[in-house]
Amino acid sequence: MNYKLIFSTVLKVIKIEAFLMLVPLLTSLIYKENCFYSFLITIVVSFTVAHVIQKFIKDDNKHFYAKDGLITVALTWIAVSLIGAIPFVISGEIPSFIDAFFETVSGFTTTGASILSDVESLSKGLLMWRSFSHFIGGMGVLVFIMAITRKTNDRPIHILRAEMPGPIVSKLVPRAKDTAKILYLIYIAITIVLTVMLLFGGMDLFESLTHAFGAAGTGGFGTKNDSIASYSPYIQWTLAIGMLLFGVNFNLYYLLLLKKVGVVLKSTELRTYFIIVLSSIAIITFNIYPLYNNFANAIRSATFQTSSIMTTTGYSTADFNAWPTLSKVVLFMLMFIGGCAGSTAGGLKVSRIIIAFKKIKAELKKLLYPNTVSVIKFEGEKLDESVSNGVGTYVIIYFICFAILTILVSFNGLSFETTISSVSACFNNIGPGFDLVGPMSNYSVFNGFSKVVLSIAMLLGRLEIYPLLLLMIPTTWKRK
Amino acid sequence: MKVIISGCGTIGTAILSSLIKEKHEIVAIDVNPQIIADITNRFDVLAICGNGASYDVLETAGAKTADLFISVTSSDEYNMIACFVAKKMGTPNTVARIRNSEYNGSSFEFVKNELGLSVTVNPELLTAQTLFNILNLPSATNVETFSANEMEMIEIVVKEDSKVLDIPLYELRKKIPHKFLVCLVEREDKTYIPNGSFTIKAGDKIGIFASKSDAPEILKQFGLTQKRVKSVMIIGASKIAYYLTKILLESKSSVKIIDKNEQKCLQFSEQLDRATVVNGDGMNQDLLTEEGILDTDAFVALTGKDEDNVIMSMFAKNKSVPKTITKVKREEIFSLSEELGLDTVISPRYLVADLLVSYARALESSKNSKIETLYSLFGGIAEAAEFKILHSFKHANVPLKDLKIDSEVLVAGIIRNQETIIPCGEDVFRIGDKVIIITAGKTVHDLSDVIG
Repeated sequence: MNYKLIFSTVLKVIKIEAFLMLVPLLTSLIYKENCFYSFLITIVVSFTVAHVIQKFIKDDNKHFYAKDGLITVALTWIAVSLIGAIPFVISGEIPSFIDAFFETVSGFTTTGASILSDVESLSKGLLMWRSFSHFIGGMGVLVFIMAITRKTNDRPIHILRAEMPGPIVSKLVPRAKDTAKILYLIYIAITIVLTVMLLFGGMDLFESLTHAFGAAGTGGFGTKNDSIASYSPYIQWTLAIGMLLFGVNFNLYYLLLLKKVGVVLKSTELRTYFIIVLSSIAIITFNIYPLYNNFANAIRSATFQTSSIMTTTGYSTADFNAWPTLSKVVLFMLMFIGGCAGSTAGGLKVSRIIIAFKKIKAELKKLLYPNTVSVIKFEGEKLDESVSNGVGTYVIIYFICFAILTILVSFNGLSFETTISSVSACFNNIGPGFDLVGPMSNYSVFNGFSKVVLSIAMLLGRLEIYPLLLLMIPTTWKRK
Repeated sequence: MKVIISGCGTIGTAILSSLIKEKHEIVAIDVNPQIIADITNRFDVLAICGNGASYDVLETAGAKTADLFISVTSSDEYNMIACFVAKKMGTPNTVARIRNSEYNGSSFEFVKNELGLSVTVNPELLTAQTLFNILNLPSATNVETFSANEMEMIEIVVKEDSKVLDIPLYELRKKIPHKFLVCLVEREDKTYIPNGSFTIKAGDKIGIFASKSDAPEILKQFGLTQKRVKSVMIIGASKIAYYLTKILLESKSSVKIIDKNEQKCLQFSEQLDRATVVNGDGMNQDLLTEEGILDTDAFVALTGKDEDNVIMSMFAKNKSVPKTITKVKREEIFSLSEELGLDTVISPRYLVADLLVSYARALESSKNSKIETLYSLFGGIAEAAEFKILHSFKHANVPLKDLKIDSEVLVAGIIRNQETIIPCGEDVFRIGDKVIIITAGKTVHDLSDVIG
């Protein structure tokens, strides 16, 4: 393994993170808040330390293999979260480091689960940092590094694969660097459009930026205790549609730019995504109609919550904890499905669900007619056997992780619904769950151990398990 | 520059790997999904699985906006069609691998023009021609020709009994009556661009720049006996062997070909009247001795197996054959050749890759750099670039000794009206001259960047 290159990449990321912290630094400067100094200290110290250590590492050997990519991604995300938590602690607004770490992991993994019972009391600079971490984590830290720096290793595809969600990661253009650039440009462009739309709805610049970041990364950190509930219907509709757009595979936007509308409309994943969204909205609307007695309100609440949960954002306009069981079950299922591959959303991803179902269909057919030869096709092309097998394995590992995490959190002794939905909400990077961790409550009820477990759950979910899993396997670190 | 490569076999991959080092944007096409998966993992390229002659695949690959299309699949016909389609779609430059000798006959120019091919590559013929050049100067390990064959860079390893040891180069240049320049020295894995006070040591690999007609005499002065190869023994009746034999026979050398396969032997003896064809195993040392390996001037191992070629060549070397050439496929062996004590090692795929790299550079140069032609030397460690002196050049007609030339750069030759000049301090650049400069470790895109 190329330790030197891995560590120098991690240090480089820390330096970039220090730069990115200038955004909340500036915010706190504008609002003349005391957290300005906590950002300043973090930036100066982390940048200097990273810079000095980097000077001692000679990363001449640029060879990079799949394993190096996975380990780099895992270490980077842990490092970024550890550093990102420091301003919260220094400012004294979240004095416990575990709480601050939970909050930062929740930010970078675009989960949006918070331990704060009173969000509104947090200073603007820290609120901006929480939301901005959604934006950075959404498309990926290392993908960002790839887009802006010179060549870092000779096989960048391994970084793309390890950080971008989905079963198949494909490049848009020959160079990985250019692909990263295109993805980020699309990402930034849609975020700007959303910010402007929110500005039109009467939000001020601070609010529209934080909410646009939260939607872009499909994160869900807001600035109000009741999330989006007190905003106007226009804002709610705009955010609902905005979230849905960030749950779509970004490659499709690139195809749209190339004017290949036909290809985009034919995309199986996109169609399935919208079919699931629309049918869920329909079911929930009819189910909750008696509660609202107003069709416009019912459909708006249903659409917003469906879009928010399906894209694993976690904003809310209604306390869905009080909804009928059917609606809650539908939302719980949506948590696991998640958005499309290649988007900023979490969950299993729609494409994996499709491939899994096709695989099941093929297996069943084989039971009925043992001699049939069946080829699994996806997006009009033959799917390589290794991909469909990979999806099978992933789903199994996913549920094993889910089981282990749930057992660990259950030691906390909270209700069954709270335990299982909190793991699901963190593992799928959503944020709010049901019961004690419902949309109007928060994660402060958990003890320190559970908070660490849930932080790991968020990282596992965002990085799609393998990078972190490899980090924990002793053979990875053995020198042969 | 955007390049599409169709067919990622051994040659395609070698081209791909060379072009990616040159920072080109590359799309690779192959029908084999395994190869595509492998390419995606190993290189930063876009790899597409499909038929490179199909319109849809070419459209996905971006043939409408590409600058260069290279088709090097194993089928000539397929390459021709692919290039034709790509050309019609808008790729201005197309390169096809065409190996079949029937296509390379008199109809060749017609087909090439009608299909709009920019370059055709015949790896076997190219290799044979390179082999012939090496056999012509047997004491050199490699020969690179510049500017329409007028100048050569001869790579030699200096022996312990050479007369040129421990003499500064500027004195050596006075001593030897012919004009030459020692332009590159490789010593213990380091490459130097020597200046006048540099002294050569035994074991150095040096590159000598000279005009073609002077080369044999200069080599003699360097203590390397120069005997033209008169009899050549070739193992393996391959396509390369066929072309090489043909060229050798034309230059009145005697050729003996040994191959295991009787059918191939019959075919060879039918096609090549004056060559001696022997049916037998080249790995059999008794047979080689019986067939006269002791008296032959050069031994060329061209079988399809790298291991066999290496072992046979070592045996020939052991039997003091003056010149042995080994063909290998794997890059690994290529880099081990010196440790294995092999004389000259060649690899067709790298010859093709080098050719296409210089072609791509020439295309690029018409865009943003001013290089006319670029050559890679010493296995890619150093480069020679050819520039044309234009009116915009500020230092024309100034003697070289008065110019400030970057220390990592060497002016190796000037070509003026078909006359070649190996420059000394008194020479000047004139408008219209072609200048060859040599650099190690970097590429110079504009002459004005290094002279001033």
